[in-house]
Amino acid sequence: MSMLKFTAAAVLVALGSTAVAQTRSAVKGPDLGQPVSAEDLAKWDIEIPPSGKGLPAGSGTVAAGEAVYAKSCQSCHGPKGAGKPNDALVGGVGNLAGKGPALKTVGSYWPYATTVFDYVRRSMPVSAPQSLSNEEVYAVTAYLLHLNGIIGADDVMDAKTLPAVKMPNRDSFMSLYKSRK
Amino acid sequence: MGRSRGAGGAGRGSEDFESDKVAGGGLLDRRLFLGGALGGATAGGAVLSGTTAAEAEALAVPSWMKTPGSTFLGYGQPAKQEAKVVRTFAGQPNSPGTGAARTPHHLLAGTITPNGLHFERSHNGIPDIDPDAHRLLVHGMVRRPLVFTLEALARYPMESQTAFIECGGNSGLLHGEKPAQGNFQALHGLVSCAEWTGVRVKTLLAEAGVDPKASWVYAEGADAAGMSRSVPLSKMMDDAMIALYQNGERVRPSNGYPMRLLLPGFEGNMQVKWLRRLKVTDAPVMARDETSKYTLLLESGKSQQFFFPIEAKSLITHPSPGLTMRGKGLYQISGLAWSGNGLISKVEVSADGGKSWALAQLLGPILPRSLTRFRMPWSWDGGPAMLMSRATDQTGYVQPTRAKLLAERGARAQYHFNGIACWAVSDKGEVSHVYA
Ligand code: HEC
Repeated sequence: MSMLKFTAAAVLVALGSTAVAQTRSAVKGPDLGQPVSAEDLAKWDIEIPPSGKGLPAGSGTVAAGEAVYAKSCQSCHGPKGAGKPNDALVGGVGNLAGKGPALKTVGSYWPYATTVFDYVRRSMPVSAPQSLSNEEVYAVTAYLLHLNGIIGADDVMDAKTLPAVKMPNRDSFMSLYKSRK
Repeated sequence: MGRSRGAGGAGRGSEDFESDKVAGGGLLDRRLFLGGALGGATAGGAVLSGTTAAEAEALAVPSWMKTPGSTFLGYGQPAKQEAKVVRTFAGQPNSPGTGAARTPHHLLAGTITPNGLHFERSHNGIPDIDPDAHRLLVHGMVRRPLVFTLEALARYPMESQTAFIECGGNSGLLHGEKPAQGNFQALHGLVSCAEWTGVRVKTLLAEAGVDPKASWVYAEGADAAGMSRSVPLSKMMDDAMIALYQNGERVRPSNGYPMRLLLPGFEGNMQVKWLRRLKVTDAPVMARDETSKYTLLLESGKSQQFFFPIEAKSLITHPSPGLTMRGKGLYQISGLAWSGNGLISKVEVSADGGKSWALAQLLGPILPRSLTRFRMPWSWDGGPAMLMSRATDQTGYVQPTRAKLLAERGARAQYHFNGIACWAVSDKGEVSHVYA
């Protein structure tokens, strides 16, 4: 594509004097991206991978999580995460093999505890996503893990303990994608 | 539902096509009616019109020729008589924006899905995005993080590519023990095809300067679900696009306005709508929609993860349930085929439940990773028939039978069902979903 072989100089000609005045001879694109400050980046950079990198300060207990759950989650996910009218969040641990229907829940199916924090913080509750504090997300995550028998009643979830939780189904995923790097 | 489109009806009896038969159940040579390609049958619309001289009705001069028509509209609408050609949709309890709207392929022709009928799968509604306030952030393992406005992206060289998008869960009901009763739209409506125009992802990544140790790119949407997926860097550097236009107009809100990620051939969920962030990484993030969902649970208890390309698949749209056939005679079987791995190289059709097959005609242009229309003339004898189609793509991959697919994956895989489907035609001309 010859169109892609723009040089910064050509863009300046084409777009007039308003174009960004960066002259990077090696860049092949129009080079119209703007720099981002570290502060702005941090506000958007929210996903939590299995390593736990990016987990915020703060912590949450199972007991605090029970209160968060009753207030913000139970109306859709049922008492103690049993489900109805929306997804069950508890149960089915160790019962995935077989031909019949499987109960796939946070406890039985999810391979990483970090995903629970990431998903609840960005998407839940459905009616008011991103309304919980980090402390509340840690707490309700702890509560769900405890209901599934994965952590004890007195365990506390924070940036150190959450990524260390080994989920029951962690080793059951087979990647069909071979990185070709 | 309406009457069968493309149906012929009377005109010539099935016995007239004896020499054109190519397989059981009355399938006819695909070249029939293609302007003199075959000697045996004299082609022409007259045969298809289904009206013989004896039955002809008197031709009236219609009233709409005797009065001025309506005036102009800012944005054109389909004929009001076509008001039934709509998507059907359902959400989840307590969350009406978590769900899907399905394309009525049984009422459409060609290969490009009209924008208002493109299927939609959303996880917490359609956000109302101010395009001037929307930003695309490219960061992570790059030399310099960059932010792009829509205005900036509009000044980049754009390209167009036609591509189908199919939800990983399309046709998932065919895993069921009994054949689900529903029409094409209900069973298979989560696939559509459009011409997408926008900026290559690799252009933006090159500007940011990708770290040679990187291997994945995490894509995140600006909706209330913050829907996100990890995509191999190799796909991003190949044909991935930031799509700004859909069939010539701005991408529809339900399909990601003002910009969506297009990953031709990959499962729909990865083609993140309302795209706001691309983060270059060296490992997948393990987001909810690549762990809890869009993974295929096998009978062993193990699951297949990162099943990216949609494998070759085909389905018959005409006839299909709800499109009742009216009397024996000539019909055109028609359907759609696609492969996430490139071009469709052939489609075969069976009218006898898979006992015999014949080549269908592929209607051009045949584009990679796009819906391809096929057609097969059929002389229906008025008796029970079982219609199936089977696609082969350019890699030589052949669409499997449902039995083979289930033998390999079990019945709980839920996603990526591409097995051969079967419509039964009764002697009354009614069409229903069956397992062959
Ligand atoms: C208004 C209803 C509603 C409320 C309140 C709600 N959820 Fe949800 N939740 C949903 C819906 C609907 C989904 C499915 C979303 C989808 O499929 O995209 C869901 C999905 C989930 C899932 C993923 C389940 C899976 O197996 O993939 C988790 C975990 C979850 N919710 C946790 C919570 C927590 C924790 C709270 C409270 C802080 C909460 N939800 C509050 C409706 C709700």
